[in-house]
Amino acid sequence: MGLLIKNAMIVNADKIWDKPQDILCEAGKIAKIAASIPTGDHQVIDAKGKKVLPGLIDIHVHLRQPGCEDKETIETGSKAAAKGGFTTIMCMPNTTPVIDNAMVVEFIRREAQRVGLVNVHPIGAITKGQNDQELTDMAELKSAGCLALSDDGKSVLNSRLFRLAMEYAKMLDILLIEHCQDPCLSAGGVMNEGEASTLLGLKGDPGIAETVIVARDIEIALYLNARVHLAHMSLKRSVDLIRAAKAQGIQVTAEACPHHFTLTDADVKSFDTSMKVSPPLRAQEDVEAIKQGLADGTIDCIVTDHAPHTKEDKEVGFDGAPFGLTGLETSLGLTITELVKPGVITLSQMVERMSAAPARIVGLGGKGQIKEGKDADLTIIDPDKKWTVTKEGFVSKSVNSPFIGRTLSGRVEYTVCGGKIVYAPVA
Amino acid sequence: MTQWKHKHLLGLQDLTAEDIELVLDTARSFKEVSSRDIKKVPALRGKTVVMLFFEPSTRTRISFELAAKRLSADTLNIAVSVSSTTKGETLLDTARNIEAMNVDLMVVRHGTSGSPFILAQGLKCSVVNAGDGCREHPTQALLDLFTLKEKFGRIKGLRVGIVGDILHSRVARSNIWGLTKLGAKVTVCGPATLMPRGIEAMGVEVCYDIRKLIKNSDALITLRLQKERQQDKFLPSLREYGRLFGINREKLAEGSSDLIVMHPGPTNRGVELSAEVADGKQSVILDQVTNGVAVRMAVLYLVLGTKPGTEG
Ligand SMILES: [Zn+2]
Ligand SMILES: [Zn+2]
Repeated sequence: MGLLIKNAMIVNADKIWDKPQDILCEAGKIAKIAASIPTGDHQVIDAKGKKVLPGLIDIHVHLRQPGCEDKETIETGSKAAAKGGFTTIMCMPNTTPVIDNAMVVEFIRREAQRVGLVNVHPIGAITKGQNDQELTDMAELKSAGCLALSDDGKSVLNSRLFRLAMEYAKMLDILLIEHCQDPCLSAGGVMNEGEASTLLGLKGDPGIAETVIVARDIEIALYLNARVHLAHMSLKRSVDLIRAAKAQGIQVTAEACPHHFTLTDADVKSFDTSMKVSPPLRAQEDVEAIKQGLADGTIDCIVTDHAPHTKEDKEVGFDGAPFGLTGLETSLGLTITELVKPGVITLSQMVERMSAAPARIVGLGGKGQIKEGKDADLTIIDPDKKWTVTKEGFVSKSVNSPFIGRTLSGRVEYTVCGGKIVYAPVA
Repeated sequence: MTQWKHKHLLGLQDLTAEDIELVLDTARSFKEVSSRDIKKVPALRGKTVVMLFFEPSTRTRISFELAAKRLSADTLNIAVSVSSTTKGETLLDTARNIEAMNVDLMVVRHGTSGSPFILAQGLKCSVVNAGDGCREHPTQALLDLFTLKEKFGRIKGLRVGIVGDILHSRVARSNIWGLTKLGAKVTVCGPATLMPRGIEAMGVEVCYDIRKLIKNSDALITLRLQKERQQDKFLPSLREYGRLFGINREKLAEGSSDLIVMHPGPTNRGVELSAEVADGKQSVILDQVTNGVAVRMAVLYLVLGTKPGTEG
């Protein structure tokens, strides 16, 4: 017995099928796609009027376990991912302890399997303890199951060390993800440095804190003919640098987050600490440039940088609050509302940015496409359905979202992971 | 005459020119009270005003406390050190616990910009901002406006220079909002490293030449320079700051003899102002202190005089 999705309007990155199809999932794979497949004893989802996308992939989330289980756990994070339409997520290593050895990687993988909802791939650290001193045992991390390495939360500031990391990672063919922010330049800033920070009297984080690292990493990648993936790009200038680097054939890829193409630093005026993110919300011209970068492919993929924090941690005033917002459950809705509906990107391009490209960047060959023989990871959405984000609606353990109260277009109807329904609407 | 319609005083950014004029007019009548033999009126009898200070400031606290007492309110002082706020206890928790003792108004000083704003949203009582982070210090600006009006009879058309660490100054920001709303022409002056990005958006001009500023101003508001700014590498040295931006008799002589010099106190003598300027006849620093009480009486009176539930 398998799972049969009837009347599926299939949207792949390269093509939207013009006629509805039936998709049969068996043994975790897409067994068959045909105009009509007999129901037999299969479990059936009728997708009539909906779009069926390859399962969404988010290569940048924070699950907080081990160490901060009061903020999120692998279980609650997996639920949030499934609800948001994600079938694969990659979790960042800034946990306690840091994911810098095979044991922690195995713990996370085992726990994710026990939860059994979505695919969870831990990202290993680049430096031991993320302390910018010594490289981790990258080969060990890779064989334990890491598809990428990152010191996310901060840059690898030591340029020599990052050069060595890039050389070594190239040898092992593992992806490096850089959080671009020079802490000397950001100097304790809590929001974008500009008119808004001046008016609000909050310490500014200048855009150059990001772009000097972007430029540095591009230079190192060019020198070594190695690749690097730049996390959560937030600035027009970063997009310009990446566009120029790509035009020269430098192996750089990049990601952006929904909040960076939706909100600006002017939105901080309410002092809502869920607006406090790293990198910070930028100016309108940056928002436009991120959209443009996503439209022309300069920015390869959309990630959430899902960063849950408890109410207690966030309710301490803007300076003291930790950085980050929760994003898994609003990502698809924001992308459709801000990019697809206004015509910035098409639905196919959205699939490219949210599934096909991330699969390609990290090397998940079986994912990112609806095709016979591929993994049966599917996200069924109604792109026109409007819904309002509410505090109560979140299944993530934390609700630090600046989007509460917003009405979004595009809702996840079902999430299917490995041929199994992992999220379905409550009747 | 305009009516006061704000439940809180969080900053001058939120006030209209009429609101500000109303505070200044009200303060004028309270200044008269302070000059009487019996310096007390029953306006706020039975009301409880709490000074909730997360950051120490003896001057501001005493000025508010005296203002509340002259209006016959009961006052309570609570000093909270931010480091003692344990994990899990949020800013709002702390304030709600105090509010539960049925207080009518909280005067809040906090090192984080926006804190009074967060408290105003979460509390039922009124909130008066006594300085938050680098954002606003509305009563300081109001007393500066009051002092200027007392000296010149008007604000409109005055040329006011604000000198010093503009980047970290809530006094500068509140004064810019207030002065520009009342029609003064404001120029900010200070080291480029302490000049916030985009300050022109507030409707001010930027000048790096103190002598030029002195020649073209009716009044100078000098700001206190925190000594840490040198350790933070914003400045090469305090000595150089004094040379470039400090005000002494020689520099002052280049301006009009009617020019007045203000300072929110306490001054670093020899840094922002030479002793002879601070104590000289162009200095109105002590008038500012006196006027501070009257202005704060006006603010407490107006804020507590409104019916609950009106627009913040
Ligand atoms: Zn990051
Ligand atoms: Zn992150």
